[in-house]
Amino acid sequence: MTLVCVKDLHKSFGDLEVLKGVDLDVAPGEVVAIIGRSGSGKSTLLRCLNQLEQHDGGDIEIAGQRLDADAMAPSDLSRNVGMVFQSFNLFPHKTVGENVMLAPVVVRGVDKLEAARVAREVLDKVGMLEKFDAYPAQLSGGQQQRVAIARALAMKPKVLLCDEVTSALDPELVGEVLRVLEALAEEGMTLILVTHEMKFAHDVADRVVFMHHGRIHEQGDPKTLFNHPSTPELKQFISAVL
Amino acid sequence: MIEFTLWDIVRNLLLAARWTIVLSLIAFIGGASLGLLFTVLRLSGNRLLKVMIGIYVDVFQGTPLLMQLFLAYFGTAALGFNVSAWAAASIALTLFTSAFLCDIWRGCLEAVPRGQWHASRVLGMDYLQTMRHVILPQALRLSVPPTVGFSVQVIKGTALASVIGFVELTKAGTMLNNATFAPFTIFALVALIYFALCYPLSRYSRYLERRLYDAGMR
Ligand SMILES: Nc1ncnc2c1ncn2[C@@H]1O[C@H](COP(=O)(O)OP(=O)(O)OP(=O)(O)O)[C@@H](O)[C@H]1O
Ligand SMILES: [Mg+2]
Repeated sequence: MTLVCVKDLHKSFGDLEVLKGVDLDVAPGEVVAIIGRSGSGKSTLLRCLNQLEQHDGGDIEIAGQRLDADAMAPSDLSRNVGMVFQSFNLFPHKTVGENVMLAPVVVRGVDKLEAARVAREVLDKVGMLEKFDAYPAQLSGGQQQRVAIARALAMKPKVLLCDEVTSALDPELVGEVLRVLEALAEEGMTLILVTHEMKFAHDVADRVVFMHHGRIHEQGDPKTLFNHPSTPELKQFISAVL
Repeated sequence: MIEFTLWDIVRNLLLAARWTIVLSLIAFIGGASLGLLFTVLRLSGNRLLKVMIGIYVDVFQGTPLLMQLFLAYFGTAALGFNVSAWAAASIALTLFTSAFLCDIWRGCLEAVPRGQWHASRVLGMDYLQTMRHVILPQALRLSVPPTVGFSVQVIKGTALASVIGFVELTKAGTMLNNATFAPFTIFALVALIYFALCYPLSRYSRYLERRLYDAGMR
């Protein structure tokens, strides 16, 4: 059974072909780490999965729903896919609690009391419950990112996409965010994460996908992939980042 | 020749300053309403409207206010319309203000980071929901300092209405000077009154800007 099914995905920006036929199946509960050099198309792949970019060719199916920009409202997609960004993107004019409650209330029509209950639940999960009434500007980067994760979880997505969610953080704040992701993984959340944290990919991911020039160049379980890379490109990449 | 005491001069200037204030209010309220309408139309997604409003803004920003006043007053007269100095000044200043505010507000909407759109989108919000709950509240806060700041330009802009014979503060100063030949006293007083009107607004605008900064929105 697959939750995310990507077939022969193509995406170009003008003359630049960024994705040149990507095939990727992700099972429910699986944690997939995407690694690769800058410009290899990792972010573009994630952005196609949540339709921030529209793909030019191939098929994406998530939870049995075929992604088709023309036929889909944003609210359809958010039923299945959540996303956390490198730059947090919290709403600065809203408190932590309001950030988490906004989409359930506005998009799903959940009543405020229920939304607040869910907000407290997910904020507790990321260890940010005591900041319910704080504004994003009053939080550290790591705390903001944990709130962003909670905000995505409040929509109860079937898969959570994370694009370098620790890259904008000071080194001492990276750990707290990774621990939250690890806990989510253990809980059975399906995660697709682009990451430069090789140790995290090694320890937490069920599968590591190496992207190179717009294609999946090599993939496999983390131990094998990191210890016995079979392509020279991956060998080179690993020696460069470790 | 009539003798003017200092008090006579001050009293006359203050009376005339009323019209400066009234004209400023008309220009500001009229300009803000029109500017808001244009801002909304610009967002509506209609290409032609967008281009036309863009041209409108460029024309009013790219020509001297004085010429706009001349056109509104003498130009309309030449076309056979009898427009009073009052009406001409109000119309010209309103259009001038609307063009600038429309541009200021567009800038504020664009100053909300793209990431806010993306985050809203992946949470399932559509264009109107995102505008209403995420973009507009932030743009509104961003817009207050430059809008208040621009109101200072409007007040000073009303001085130009003196050249089409509208008796506001500057025109009253010129007339008093013709009668008393005390230019230094009179124009110093005129400047002082403008300053008293503008300075609090500038200060307030700076204060608002600081508050935005503290709220982490810059
Ligand atoms: N909106 C866009 N318009 C034009 N080119 C783009 C756009 N988005 C991405 N690209 C280009 O597509 C290529 C792949 O970008 P992408 O962001 O997917 O790379 P990445 O693997 O995520 O890299 P990084 O590790 O630096 O984040 C890059 O060359 C980038 O310049
Ligand atoms: Mg990227």
